[in-house]
Amino acid sequence: MKWYKVCNQEDLTIKTSLTIKVGELTIAIFHLTDGRFMAVEDRCPHKDGPLSDGIITGSTVTCPLHNWRINLINGEALPPDCGCVKTFKTKIKDDDIWVEL
Amino acid sequence: MADKKNSKGRLRRLVMIGNGMAGVRAIEEVLAINHDLFEITIFGAETHPNYNRILLSSILSGEKTIEDITLNEKSWYEENNITLHLGKEVTEIQRGYRKVISSDGTEATYDILIIATGSTPFVIPIPGVDKEGVLTFRDLRDCDQMIEASKSYKHASVIGGGLLGLEAARGLMNLGMEVTVIHDQPELMNMQLDEVAASMLQKELEAQGMHFKTACLTKEILGNGRVTGLRFNDGTELKTNLVVMAVGIRANTALAKQAHLHCERGIIVNDYMQTYTDPSVYAVGECVEHRGKTYGLVAPLFEQARILAYHITGQGLKTYMGSEVSTKLKVSGVDVFSAGEFQVVAPAEGEEEKETIEYIDRGGGVYKKLVIDGDRLAGAVLYGDTADGVRLFQMIQAGTDISSQRATLIFGNPTLGDAGHSGIDLVANMTPDTIVCGCNGVTKQTIEDAITKEGLTTRQEVTGCTKAGGSCGGCEPLIDQILASVLGSSFAKAEGETPICGCTDLAHDYVKSMIRRDSLTTVAAAMATLEWKGEGCRVCRPALNYYVQMTFPDQAQDDPGSRHVNERLHANIQKDGTFSVVPRIYGGLTSPEELARIAKVASEHQVPAIKFTGGQRIDLLGVTKENLPGIWKALDTPSGYAYAKALRTVKTCVGNQWCRFGTQDSMGFGIELEKTLERLWTPAKLKLAVSACPRNCAEASIKDIGVVGVEGGWEIYCGGNGGVRLRGAELLCTTDTTEEATEIIKAYVQLYREDARYGERTSQWVEKTGLNNIKAKVVEDTENRAALIERLEEAIEASGRDPWENLISNSESQRPRHGLSFKTLTIDGEVAER
Ligand SMILES: Cc1cc2nc3c(=O)[nH]c(=O)nc-3n(C[C@H](O)[C@H](O)[C@H](O)COP(=O)(O)OP(=O)(O)OC[C@H]3O[C@@H](n4cnc5c(N)ncnc54)[C@H](O)[C@@H]3O)c2cc1C
Ligand code: SF4
Ligand code: FES
Repeated sequence: MKWYKVCNQEDLTIKTSLTIKVGELTIAIFHLTDGRFMAVEDRCPHKDGPLSDGIITGSTVTCPLHNWRINLINGEALPPDCGCVKTFKTKIKDDDIWVEL
Repeated sequence: MADKKNSKGRLRRLVMIGNGMAGVRAIEEVLAINHDLFEITIFGAETHPNYNRILLSSILSGEKTIEDITLNEKSWYEENNITLHLGKEVTEIQRGYRKVISSDGTEATYDILIIATGSTPFVIPIPGVDKEGVLTFRDLRDCDQMIEASKSYKHASVIGGGLLGLEAARGLMNLGMEVTVIHDQPELMNMQLDEVAASMLQKELEAQGMHFKTACLTKEILGNGRVTGLRFNDGTELKTNLVVMAVGIRANTALAKQAHLHCERGIIVNDYMQTYTDPSVYAVGECVEHRGKTYGLVAPLFEQARILAYHITGQGLKTYMGSEVSTKLKVSGVDVFSAGEFQVVAPAEGEEEKETIEYIDRGGGVYKKLVIDGDRLAGAVLYGDTADGVRLFQMIQAGTDISSQRATLIFGNPTLGDAGHSGIDLVANMTPDTIVCGCNGVTKQTIEDAITKEGLTTRQEVTGCTKAGGSCGGCEPLIDQILASVLGSSFAKAEGETPICGCTDLAHDYVKSMIRRDSLTTVAAAMATLEWKGEGCRVCRPALNYYVQMTFPDQAQDDPGSRHVNERLHANIQKDGTFSVVPRIYGGLTSPEELARIAKVASEHQVPAIKFTGGQRIDLLGVTKENLPGIWKALDTPSGYAYAKALRTVKTCVGNQWCRFGTQDSMGFGIELEKTLERLWTPAKLKLAVSACPRNCAEASIKDIGVVGVEGGWEIYCGGNGGVRLRGAELLCTTDTTEEATEIIKAYVQLYREDARYGERTSQWVEKTGLNNIKAKVVEDTENRAALIERLEEAIEASGRDPWENLISNSESQRPRHGLSFKTLTIDGEVAER
């Protein structure tokens, strides 16, 4: 596992997201209202929808394709749907967002 | 448009023969459309004002009184200035003089005549039918005679084991008589039921004490003066003092035939309910034959009544296309439902054989059979458990593809099953467009809307407002359940409305009024002030974002985080996460230069697919997010908003600039409208069309707003929908000038913006609000119209510049704003390791 630097935390305002590409993997990083940054693979467990384009509420994102809701803390889809997306650790260091892959 | 006055300057005269269920419904529909169009006269052979014939058996059983089943009191006719001739049978129509004459010599002259004479019970011509005590079952007088007979006699028989016969038999049993039903076929209700269901039905009714003699023909009615018995073809006899003939009905065409109107089994009408022979004579109800079919149930007749009313009041070109019917037996203790093709017959040449799926539980008294034709449901018979009847009937009507549900269809809606068949869940699990009242075609949504909007609290009020439950009464329990579910939770009860979503207890209208009262100009402020639970969800946040901006176009702040990605990035997300780009092409009119530019952009950016849309423009599909700003810039057109709850397109026909039929400049007007209304947010998407003549090549009749040019003016239609739920647009008004048409359309759009709930299409909104209310606000009340237009102008003012331009400059800036970034950062391992 390695830590990668993403961007300055100022560049990601609250309730928005951005995506990074590392090799074949696209990761969505979300800035939650409580200040936390969450990183998950940008691929909905339902039909691969881009979660980074969803509406963010609390610690949940709603996939823009068919409205599955994903808990960004543990990557699990909220009932009634069932599925899981890969999550990654994040941290802030010197005003920068880092993600561990 | 129908002329209000005839050439002599008085109201047109509308005369109707027959004061029964279908005819009076047609008059009600006419009055609802325009109260002051006609001077109306009605002749009714019966002495009672219009009553609910369907409930006659409840008069027999004493459950209901005549007052209970009266549909229109005498005072109703008076209030609506209708001249009512009760107890007067029309005996002659003089079409040459446009005059009808009744048995007592009363005359009435018409401009339009409606024949609504219903049908007459068929009486089998056997010896003895004229004896005292031989009755039919059609009207109040028949009921009176049965009740009278039950006081002095014990033995009754009913000839005919169909719907009506069984109802009569049950009614006579309730009067304390010993009843035998005589039926010519081996199976009861053989027009609706198959063998299995029929035998279960017979068993149940026998258990209730009814006697049967099936596969048996009556040869003679015995007795001197009064009937004393029946003799059958097998030589046996039955003692009886009362005979009710219920062997079918015949359309009542005698009068029409005498007036030389073309009749077959019924009076022949076209799709507007107009007789073939005479365009000023219409017919409606059981007396009618339409496309070879006659009907004996009210649902199709009410549909006919509506079309007739549309046509004679000049509401555009709706047509009656015939109906599928479903049947329910109204005998307590037995639930029977049947619809469509319920028997599998040998297939005709070249046709696939139909299949059946059956479920039978003899002990439990449940039988279900579905007849399946390929991927569609062709018919159904349900016995004992008819909860699914409505749903199945809708599938039959809609031709729904059921291949994926084949395995479970017969078990009903799974969630319904769990809830038992009486709990509130029965209605909770119905979709909004499920028909609750089949007779009157009233959906769950309509009932819910009526309850919330009109503040209704009782079933009687719901019936008064929507007509649901006003005919056979079979849906009354469902209406009660809907009332309970809508009024159930404590807040909803107080406010008479359902909450927006699970994040709040407040309803749309209340939230809107609070936003206005407390000057809430951001989503966050609205959620804080109105004590939202959590951070909202994808349902309520976009609604709030719309409401604050609609209410305060100048001050409100847009919250991109409360928008679906489509409206945030001004492109339409596709199944693979790419986007589609649709440039604005005003009125669908383009030029070689524009086309060449679009083609060049598409090829340079390797756009994978290009398609013409239904809205007369071009869709570039499969564009990646990164490529959006570049493509927009190269296209150099405004956004077509093909992704938004906003004005989509104004479809136009070529109109008088080119077409030999064109009476107006439809392209010019369409382009002007599109330029006026583009960039306005609306509660749901908004589609317009302008045609230059009634041939209506732009399909204006299925648009949110449809404009049709006529000689010397425009007709403006509203509330049409060609999508999920097909709905023809209704005529809002006619204008002489393009200026006035523009004004009315602007006012209408603003009223919709202010009044509708977020997500509600105009088709639903018009239905909920009522065309007349809308007319009053935007057409009749010119002051209000001006105020609406002023507020619309403010919103247009505030809508700012084209969103693509905005996003292009944002994407070009060093630090893109608010996660509206179009780029994915690429990170390679070496840079970031630590
Ligand atoms: C007992 C019973 C139960 C029923 N149950 C159901 C049910 O459960 N569901 C369902 O959908 N339908 C049911 N029906 C059928 C339904 O009642 C009819 O389809 C409906 O009433 C037909 O409407 P109409 O206007 O065509 O005819 P009607 O309601 O019969 O009205 C015609 C009127 O015209 C009058 N008239 C005829 N000739 C003249 C003349 N020359 N001058 C003046 N007046 C004239 C007649 O007296 C009559 O009042 C039932 C009918 C009966 C009798
Ligand atoms: S609607 Fe009328 S004017 Fe327009 S193209 Fe069709 S026929 Fe011509
Ligand atoms: S792909 Fe995410 S909900 Fe379907």
